[in-house]
Amino acid sequence: MALERSEVEKIAHLARLGLNEGDIPQTTETLNSILGLIDQMQAVDTQGIEPLAHPLEATQRLRADVVNESNQRDAYQAIAPAVENGLYLVPKVIE
Amino acid sequence: MHQLTLAEIARGLADKQFSAEELSRSLLARIAQLDPQLNSFITVTEDLALEQAKAADARRAAGENSPLLGAPIAHKDLFCTNGVLTSCGSKILTGFKAPYDATVVEKLKAAGTVTLGKLNMDEFAMGSANESSHYGPVKNPWDTSRVPGGSSGGSAAAVAARLLPAATGTDTGGSIRQPAALTNLTGIKPTYGRVSRWGMIAYASSLDQGGPLARTAEDCALLLGAMAGFDSKDSTSVDQPVDDYLASLAQPLAGLRIGLPKEYFGAGLDARIGEKVMAVVEELKKLGATVKDISLPNMQHAIPAYYVIAPAEASSNLSRFDGVRFGYRCENPKDLQDLYKRSRGEGFGAEVKRRIMVGTYALSAGYYDAYYIKAQQIRRLIKNDFVAAFKDVDVILGPTTPNLAWKLGEKNADPVSAYLEDIYTITANLAGIPGLSMPAGFVDGLPVGLQLLGNYFQEGRLLNVAHQYQQVSDWHKATPAGF
Repeated sequence: MALERSEVEKIAHLARLGLNEGDIPQTTETLNSILGLIDQMQAVDTQGIEPLAHPLEATQRLRADVVNESNQRDAYQAIAPAVENGLYLVPKVIE
Repeated sequence: MHQLTLAEIARGLADKQFSAEELSRSLLARIAQLDPQLNSFITVTEDLALEQAKAADARRAAGENSPLLGAPIAHKDLFCTNGVLTSCGSKILTGFKAPYDATVVEKLKAAGTVTLGKLNMDEFAMGSANESSHYGPVKNPWDTSRVPGGSSGGSAAAVAARLLPAATGTDTGGSIRQPAALTNLTGIKPTYGRVSRWGMIAYASSLDQGGPLARTAEDCALLLGAMAGFDSKDSTSVDQPVDDYLASLAQPLAGLRIGLPKEYFGAGLDARIGEKVMAVVEELKKLGATVKDISLPNMQHAIPAYYVIAPAEASSNLSRFDGVRFGYRCENPKDLQDLYKRSRGEGFGAEVKRRIMVGTYALSAGYYDAYYIKAQQIRRLIKNDFVAAFKDVDVILGPTTPNLAWKLGEKNADPVSAYLEDIYTITANLAGIPGLSMPAGFVDGLPVGLQLLGNYFQEGRLLNVAHQYQQVSDWHKATPAGF
């Protein structure tokens, strides 16, 4: 099952990746070669096998529901591309 | 001075043969002189290093004598370092100076190490050749026309070229072991959860583990002992005491049961590598080990399963790089969608984009069961193979890689051909078990790596076997010509 150009464009949109027009044919070809590798999985009999999500099968550890972080807004915003008055700046979202 | 191992440096500093400052100055000069041939460093932190070295000398003068006090190291550039660029080998982290230290960085600082800088790597640790870095490829010091392996290629090249005695790395599918193999080093990927992932930029969170690369197993034991341990800031960190890895080195190998999986010696393996590996097995037998043929029948399914699980986790992890809060932002975005798409499209390299897209596809509606669930089922089959094998053997031994270091650019046209190079290392990440690579000789002047796999939390046993072999062999002492 090979991906078409339109599907590659849709995946790129879902991933919010801007692709150059000229790169799409090559990207499509490479993705299809990777999916060909992945499709080898379908030959494996996994009937009744429980999926393994965590190698040690650990469950999420919980902690007490208390504040344990101090506010570091200034430090975090010092490395942002654009901030003003403690806010991250992005292009206008609502017209 | 550049030939000294961490253990020898500890003795030299304790005996006052040299100071930490003298040692750091000497290595910094060596980096400035030789690294242009290798491109192993992204950032050299000279001022920080000298400040830390002086502080280490002061602590030693005040009576402290811990083994890593004043020891020079460097970090793979995905460990966050407070106030120093952390690039992950990517354009998208242009100018990113983390506001905190990764737990590994913090622990090694507390142990008194001196940080010489940040090391080159495949972009977001995605690669086996260190050619996908935004900062350019790293060269293998054994032959600068060849790749050093990846993704911890800068760590491997720098340590192999004696620019520093040891470095940190990370291993998601073989990224410590494979570059260690291709550059004649010892490197260990610990059990999943043994080393904190906090502040280590995530690629595939259920597979990523940090670990050391060094020239001896003893040095790996020293460094891993300082890196490992429970960390409440990493939700998958394992809350169990760290073994005394140094103490386990001396254990005799009499009675050691080695498993040789037939799948590791079959088609696809360069026969010359197989011969070198089997020669080491003969030496280990002389030291008292016994050998048993075993089978890991699901190994062949590991690469397809990995290339679902890792990209799926990556597509989720890398969604945080959006051009809003840190790193690269495109010029003049016309709206928010454009800002996201162009910042990411321009900021990520080709291999990272490919893996994000594969992961996005595998997780998208209608494909989740066929890809992600199927891959996780195969993951269990692979784990079950190891659980069964470790009932009869203590360690599993085989080659680390099927081939020697290849020429720069040789596998760039076909990414899948490079993926297949990780066939022997990927299973340990999927199962979460520890794996170590150590030098096993040379073919045509290029290093051969031997891999040891152990049961969960058996890092000490792997280091022990490698150390005992290194007491009766000299491969690990070989230095690349010109370095």
